[in-house]
Amino acid sequence: MIVPVEHVVILSLLLFLIGIMGVLFRRNAIIIFMSIELMLNAVNLCLIGFSRYYQSVDGQVFVFLVMTLAAAEVSVGLAIIVALYRNRQTINIDEINLMRG
Amino acid sequence: MTFLFYFVACLTIISALFVVLNRNPVYSAVMLVLCFFSIATLYLLLEAYFVAVLEIIIYAGAIMVLFLFVIMLLDLGREAALPKLKKLDKALSLFLVVIIFLGILTLTMWAGGDLHQTLNPSSVGDIKAVGKALFTDFLLPFEVASLLLLVALIGTVYLAKRRVK
Repeated sequence: MIVPVEHVVILSLLLFLIGIMGVLFRRNAIIIFMSIELMLNAVNLCLIGFSRYYQSVDGQVFVFLVMTLAAAEVSVGLAIIVALYRNRQTINIDEINLMRG
Repeated sequence: MTFLFYFVACLTIISALFVVLNRNPVYSAVMLVLCFFSIATLYLLLEAYFVAVLEIIIYAGAIMVLFLFVIMLLDLGREAALPKLKKLDKALSLFLVVIIFLGILTLTMWAGGDLHQTLNPSSVGDIKAVGKALFTDFLLPFEVASLLLLVALIGTVYLAKRRVK
């Protein structure tokens, strides 16, 4: 194989941190969702790297399940965003304080 | 090949940064597609062919179409007028990100074992091996995943339905 698994882990760490930055810095709910997708992808990359490292197929099955979960999460989440926008005319998460969170 | 890996890795990081930093959600979505494609390339380079194809079909195909549809449905004129974060919030968030980065980096560096060695060639990533694992060892999680998709389907239809008062 071409690179040490360490470098894959560091790349996935950087991607995950970019995702965290997106969630923390942006107020747009859609961008926050995209950042969550980035974080899921970072975890997938890490799983693939280690699946490769340990010569085991289990990590790839995990990635398959994570992708299923991401698809389900995105469909429900975007439906919630559309419903919110219909009721509140905003997707700025600072203005969505119905539960006083 | 090694050069290609680092090149695509840089492309992934840059496009991910664009996703987060861009003010316009449409550009963010396009950059996210680029990011998914480069991650799929990374999977190919790591010899996970099945997952690479899945990444393109599910993420770059299905999920991004969903995102673009919702961006199109919602009014985007307000995005530019969104208020900026307070300075304290920004500083605290940055602090948290740096702490997590240093923590995980330290753990990776000091993990012991032989993470530094380059990986051996293998055939774990081909679709035959993955399919065999999915339908023998992981049959129950596979079925539960289908149930999860059904639940998501019903939930989405319920949420998107217009209430009749």
